[in-house]
Amino acid sequence: MNFSEVFKLSSLLCKFSPDGKYLASCVQYRLVVRDVNTLQILQLYTCLDQIQHIEWSADSLFILCAMYKRGLVQVWSLEQPEWHCKIDEGSAGLVASCWSPDGRHILNTTEFHLRITVWSLCTKSVSYIKYPKACLQGITFTRDGRYMALAERRDCKDYVSIFVCSDWQLLRHFDTDTQDLTGIEWAPNGCVLAVWDSCLEYKILLYSLDGRLLSAYRAYEWSLGIKSVAWSPSSQFLAVGSYDGKVRILNHVTWKMITEFGHPATINNPKIVVYKEAEKSPQLGLGCLSFPPPGAGAGPLPSSESKYEIASVPVSLQTLKPVTDRANPKIGIGMLAFSPDSYFLATRNDNIPNAVWVWDIQKLRLFAVLEQLSPVRTFQWDPQQPRLAICTGGSRLYLWSPAGCMSVQVPGEGDFAVLSLCWHLSGDSMALLSKDHVCLCFLETEASVSTACRQLGGPT
Amino acid sequence: MGDWMTVTDRGLSSESKTVSQYTSEIKMSPSSLYSQQVLCSSIPLSKNVHSFFSAFCTEDNIEQSISYLDQELTTFGFPSLYEESKGKETKRELNIVAVLNCMNELLVLQRKNLLAQENVETQNLKLGSDMDHLQSCYSKLKEQLETSRREMIGLQERDRQLQCKNRNLHQLLKNEKDEVQKLQNIIASRATQYNHDMKRKEREYNKLKERLHQLVMNKKDKKIAMDILNYVGRADGKRGSWRTGKTEARNEDEMYKILLNDYEYRQKQILMENAELKKVLQQMKKEMISLLSPQKKKPRERVDDSTGTVISDVEEDAGELSRESMWDLSCETVREQLTNSIRKQWRILKSHVEKLDNQVSKVHLEGFNDEDVISRQDHEQETEKLELEIQQCKEMIKTQQQLLQQQLATACDDDTTSLLRDCYLLEEKERLKEEWSLFKEQKKNFERERRSFTEAAIRLGLERKAFEEERASWLKQQFLNMTTFDHQNSENVKLFSAFSGSSDRDNLIVHSRQPQKKPHNVSNGSPVCMSKLTKSLPASPSTSDFCQTRSCVSEHSSINVLNMTPEEIKPNQVGGECTNQKWSVASRPGSQEGCYSGCSLTYTNSHVEKDDLP
Repeated sequence: MNFSEVFKLSSLLCKFSPDGKYLASCVQYRLVVRDVNTLQILQLYTCLDQIQHIEWSADSLFILCAMYKRGLVQVWSLEQPEWHCKIDEGSAGLVASCWSPDGRHILNTTEFHLRITVWSLCTKSVSYIKYPKACLQGITFTRDGRYMALAERRDCKDYVSIFVCSDWQLLRHFDTDTQDLTGIEWAPNGCVLAVWDSCLEYKILLYSLDGRLLSAYRAYEWSLGIKSVAWSPSSQFLAVGSYDGKVRILNHVTWKMITEFGHPATINNPKIVVYKEAEKSPQLGLGCLSFPPPGAGAGPLPSSESKYEIASVPVSLQTLKPVTDRANPKIGIGMLAFSPDSYFLATRNDNIPNAVWVWDIQKLRLFAVLEQLSPVRTFQWDPQQPRLAICTGGSRLYLWSPAGCMSVQVPGEGDFAVLSLCWHLSGDSMALLSKDHVCLCFLETEASVSTACRQLGGPT
Repeated sequence: MGDWMTVTDRGLSSESKTVSQYTSEIKMSPSSLYSQQVLCSSIPLSKNVHSFFSAFCTEDNIEQSISYLDQELTTFGFPSLYEESKGKETKRELNIVAVLNCMNELLVLQRKNLLAQENVETQNLKLGSDMDHLQSCYSKLKEQLETSRREMIGLQERDRQLQCKNRNLHQLLKNEKDEVQKLQNIIASRATQYNHDMKRKEREYNKLKERLHQLVMNKKDKKIAMDILNYVGRADGKRGSWRTGKTEARNEDEMYKILLNDYEYRQKQILMENAELKKVLQQMKKEMISLLSPQKKKPRERVDDSTGTVISDVEEDAGELSRESMWDLSCETVREQLTNSIRKQWRILKSHVEKLDNQVSKVHLEGFNDEDVISRQDHEQETEKLELEIQQCKEMIKTQQQLLQQQLATACDDDTTSLLRDCYLLEEKERLKEEWSLFKEQKKNFERERRSFTEAAIRLGLERKAFEEERASWLKQQFLNMTTFDHQNSENVKLFSAFSGSSDRDNLIVHSRQPQKKPHNVSNGSPVCMSKLTKSLPASPSTSDFCQTRSCVSEHSSINVLNMTPEEIKPNQVGGECTNQKWSVASRPGSQEGCYSGCSLTYTNSHVEKDDLP
């Protein structure tokens, strides 16, 4: 495993282009585009203000930089550096901006969700979509980029509009049986739309592309409901994480629950491998006395090593006692992700923040649990193989694969606190983002990694 | 009177003692008789027959008493005591036979009565005890009744309490249910209230939004604009088309196409899966048939008539199915047949497997038992054998030990003992070997010593020769010149001092050892030898003599060294002086002498060697 030198970064804005050739990163009001292989700067664009959001177009030809404070969006072309485009939303304000899948339209959401403006880069035409709903995930595109589903709110009722992305024609418009819709998500095959209600009610609705209600599922009543939803890449399963600390897997034939995965704080099953991250002070040479390191309580020291130990069952995981009288309590399944081959599901229970649970979807059972020393910030699957990268805001990167897991210290002066990470398309590298730096991590080939894992003592 | 007398005599003889007793009583206390007589006559109790009899009749009133008795007896149904009167005037005569008969009868009656009385008494006793028992039983039962009554009351009380509690709990439950219901209602009302409020707020919000929209959007905001260098081409390279009804229809079509594709894809998948499952089913069926058919013969012969027929059915079914290749038909037509046949086969298989299981378990059990028994028997036999062997071995050992002890007791000859020891246990042998090697070493040492001694002897011989020569010369000189005596004397002294280099030291050692040795043994061989040696050295140190003593000593020591354990010897070889004491303690009393000689020899050896070295 190799690490590149660190580059400056602001607001964790760093993205690989969809074709995997470029890496865009922001430093204040500057946008830097580098070649992924050589890491040389290819282009450098200067925006009008500090950039708050960037997004690559699907064809990797354009990048949009949004400056919400100013209500501005600037678009840059990679092919023609002199080409420029500036969209000003004026007094309407701007809260969100995104590309349409064709890479020729930009959807800007104005302040207070008054409307969505669709700007075209090809024609002068500007379209407006009224009444978008202010919710967590109100816009979703199908994978093939043909359709867009949009959550709307009119007359205190939730609606979903399905647009054809090619000409922004409204294809379907239907009301949903929800109290307060929070999210919509297309299945990867683009034929089923999952719609879920706010956390006050456990309700998930499944609509066909033509607006038919396929099924509705409620696990329970009267309690806080859905917290996270994820489709399996095969569109076969829908994983629904809820505030009761369970993940329910729905199937695509009957849309009924196949199984539910609980996340108990103690693991008793001896078949489950529990990897526990253990910190080890650096090995001292002979004759060296082990002094207590200064400021040991401050956090993981960069000099200390960490490794995974296989804990013997029963294992009790560190739990967080949630404050129940506050909004958005830290309980329930907050993160869910299927591996690219749909064989594994990684979850995090928010009141056991240090643990990542990996479930075997083929056998529908728990496969492994990783307990970190500090709360898990993010995890992301390798786009090519079942390999999970985890970061906890410390200076280490954690990798899990069915062969085992390992922790890698990010080299460099001082602490490189990995706050976020994103995989490269090929799965050969990933970008590690800290508060104001980015660093690329190049992984070895599969064989060498697997041998390394075996050396680390993971089960084969 | 005379008659009467005879009668009484007879009566006496027949009544024997009782009468005599009464007569004696009569005689003894005549005064009391009257009163008794009066009493008894008035109350003719059958029980007090004797007293009545005794008090009743006196010499004076025999007649009256007889008549009285007669009357009494006749009234009781006895025959009259008097003979049948022949004449009225004649005085009636006492019929003695009747009297006797009456008496006898009375006696029999009396006995009977006594017996009856006894019986009655015992019965009375029995009844009394029974009564007691019953009374105790009664009291016990009463107590029990009381306690059970109390218990019952207690239980009733408890029951009442429990019922009370239950009622309370029910009430509580009801209350809780009510509470829950209330809370749910509250929640629901809150929810509706919340929703209502939300809606209200949202409406307001919408109004505001609308207003804002109007304000923001309708005003010709110059700012809302896109500043673009030039428009770029579409990603697909096509030109944008106008929105018309046609495009709408096309979009619809496309959407349905996508949906159809998805459904088709799914159907294909399902078909594939179905085909796969059918294949598996078919294979399973075939395997089942093949599995079951070889057993078909046997079960038919044995017991399973029913299964046999079923199997044949199944086979027919299978034949049909395979012949007609019904697998490709749609499920509905085949389903029933298929499921039926599969079910049948499955049932057969299940029963077969169960049967097999039973058999296996039986066989297993039997086998296990057999094995167990055999093994146990074997085990026992083996242990018995082994015990026997152990016994035999022990006996052998005992006899051997006895023999050895006997021989040891009898044989004091060194050779025989050594020989015997040879045939001792292997351990002993080992030790002997070690000792032997030690001995050899010592022997070597002795040899060396001997050599040195011989050399010393030779030297001494030479010196002696020189001395003799000198003496001769001196004698000659003395003989020649009597006046030069003084000078010669001093030379002589010098010679002695030169000699005593070794002997002095030996003496020293001997002296130093002396305090240790003294309590045990004073007549030690070696010091004597040594002293002899030292003494003899200046006098006549013939080498042969010296050798003899050496060998003698070595013989001694060899035997005694053999008696010692290697642990005792080893340290000695390294540093003899310090372990000397230990030796003296450890060595057996019988071998003390030799032991000392041995150790002393080693001392001398070492010192002699020291002397020789320079």
